[in-house]
Amino acid sequence: MRREPPQTIGDYTPLFFPAAMLTIFFVVPFGTMIAVSFFQRQQGGFYTPAFVFDNYARFLSAFFGGVLGFSLMMAIAVAICCVVLALPFTYMLTRTARSVQIVWLVALLSVLSLSEVIIGFAWSTLFSRTAGITNILVALGLMGEAKALTPSFAAVLTGMVYQAFPYTVLVLFPALVRLDPTLTEAARTLGASPLKAFFTVVVPALRNTIVATLIMVFIFALGSYLLPQLLGRPQHWTLSVLITDQAIYQSNMPFAAAMAVFLVLVTLGLVALTVLAGRKGEAA
Amino acid sequence: MTSIFRKFYFFLIALFLALPLIVVAGVSVNQKQTLAFPPQGFSTSWYGEIFLNPEWRNALIASVTLAVLSAALAVAIALPLAWFLWRRIAPWANIFQLLGVAPFTLPPVITALGLLTFWATVGFYGQPWTAVVSHAIFFVTLPLVTLSLGFTSIDRSLVEAASTMGADERTVFRTVVLPLILPYIVSGYAFAFVLSLNEYIVAYMTVGFTMETLPIKIFNALRYGYTPTMASVTILFVTTAAVIFGLVARFGDLPKLLGAMSSDGK
Repeated sequence: MRREPPQTIGDYTPLFFPAAMLTIFFVVPFGTMIAVSFFQRQQGGFYTPAFVFDNYARFLSAFFGGVLGFSLMMAIAVAICCVVLALPFTYMLTRTARSVQIVWLVALLSVLSLSEVIIGFAWSTLFSRTAGITNILVALGLMGEAKALTPSFAAVLTGMVYQAFPYTVLVLFPALVRLDPTLTEAARTLGASPLKAFFTVVVPALRNTIVATLIMVFIFALGSYLLPQLLGRPQHWTLSVLITDQAIYQSNMPFAAAMAVFLVLVTLGLVALTVLAGRKGEAA
Repeated sequence: MTSIFRKFYFFLIALFLALPLIVVAGVSVNQKQTLAFPPQGFSTSWYGEIFLNPEWRNALIASVTLAVLSAALAVAIALPLAWFLWRRIAPWANIFQLLGVAPFTLPPVITALGLLTFWATVGFYGQPWTAVVSHAIFFVTLPLVTLSLGFTSIDRSLVEAASTMGADERTVFRTVVLPLILPYIVSGYAFAFVLSLNEYIVAYMTVGFTMETLPIKIFNALRYGYTPTMASVTILFVTTAAVIFGLVARFGDLPKLLGAMSSDGK
C-alpha cells in the first residue's frame, strides 16, 4: 500500500480527533495566554480585555531583568556542565555491549522520569546536616563536623545538572551511536591515543550535534522551577518560579502571561538556532 | 578509550546518579521519624504508611488514575495521527505533528500557564478531568514519537500484499498494521504513564487546589517539614519507573526506540 493523497473527506477521518484535540487544548490555550498577556489587570485578581503593553514594560524593569539574566546564566551553566560530563560518557556507552547499554538506558530513563519534587527532596536530604554527604566525610575523617550545604547556588546547580544529565545523554545517544566507527579506527591506526582520537576526531565530527545538544539542554534547564525553590535562596529563583508565583499567588495572570510569552520567544529563537545548526551539519 | 578509564568514569556517573537515591532509600527504612543517614534501626512501616494513611493513599490513587487515563488519551490522539501521516501524502498535516511535539519542547511552565488560562476562561478550572486532558496534551509527544518510529519500520510490501489479496483498508489495519505497531503503542503508553505519574507543574496549575497528586502531596508536605513517607514514596516511584522501562527493554528494542539502529543492523 503506497502512500496516497487523501481522495475523499472520508480519508481524512483519522485526522479529525487528533487535530481537534491539539487545536482546542493546545493552540487555543496558547492563543488565550498571548491574549491575556495584553490584558489590563484589575484589583482583586481579575483582569479585563484590553490591549496594553504594561505587563511587558514591567517585565523589562531592573528586578525582572536581573531574574531573566540569572535564569539564562543558570541554564547556560547547566548546559555546559551536562554536555562536558555526558559527551565522553555517551561516547563510551555507545561502544559497550548492547546489554550494558540497555541497563544504563533503563537507569537513565528512570532518573529522567523522576519528579522535580523528588529530585529536590533527594538532594536536599543529601545536602542536609543530619543525613547528608558531610556525614560520610566526617566518618572518613576528612571533615570536623557535619554541616548543611543548602541553600546555595552550588546546590541548585548540582540538582539541575542531575535533572538534565539523563536528558543530555538521551539527546546525544542517537548521533553518537550512528557515528562511523572507522573514523576513530583510522586515527588509532595512525597512532593517535584514544584520548587524542576522541578530541581530534570525535569532537570535531560532532560539532553541530554538540551545539544542538547545548541548546536543547539549555531549554530543558530553563524549565526548572522547583529545584531553585527547594535548594536555593530567593535570589536563585528563575523565571519559571516567578511565572508560577505571579499566576498562582499574586493572581496577576496578565503579567505571568507576558513573562511566559517572552520565555516562548527566547525558546523559539533557540530552537530555530538548533535547526540551523542541524541544517549546516547536513550540508557539510 | 582505555577500559580502566571507562570503568572509572562509568562508576563516577553511576555514583552521581545513585547517591541521592541511596541516601533516600536509607532514610525510608529509618525506624524513628527523623531525617537520619545512615538509618537508625530498620522499619518498613513508612512504606505501609503510603497505603494506610488516607492522605497518602488518596494522593497515590489520584496519581495512578491520572496517569492511566491521560496516557490512554495521549495514545488515542497520537495513533490515528501517526497512522494518517504514514498512510497519506498530505504535507500540511505535518503541522499537527509539530503541534504534538511542541508542548514537550517548550518549558513546561508555558504549557501549564496556557492550560490554566484556558480552563479558567471556559470555567472548568479545578475539575479533575481537566488534569487528564492537560497531561494527555503535554505528553502526547512520547507516543507520537514512538509510533512514528514504529510506522517507518513497517515494510510497506507486507501491507501491499494484503491489499492485493483483497483485504480492505480496515482489515489491513487490523490484521497487519496493528500487530506490527502494538509494541510501539505499549512503549508510548509506558513512557507517557511514567512521566505523568511524576509530573508536577501542569497538575499543580490545573487542579492543584482541588486534587492532590503524589508529587503535589510531597511538595506540600516538604513545606511543613520532613516525613519519612516522602522517602518511601520516592523509592516506590523510582522502582516503578525502573520496572516499567525494564519491561519495555525486555520486550522491545530500547536502544532502537531511543534512536539507535536495531540489533540486526536495520
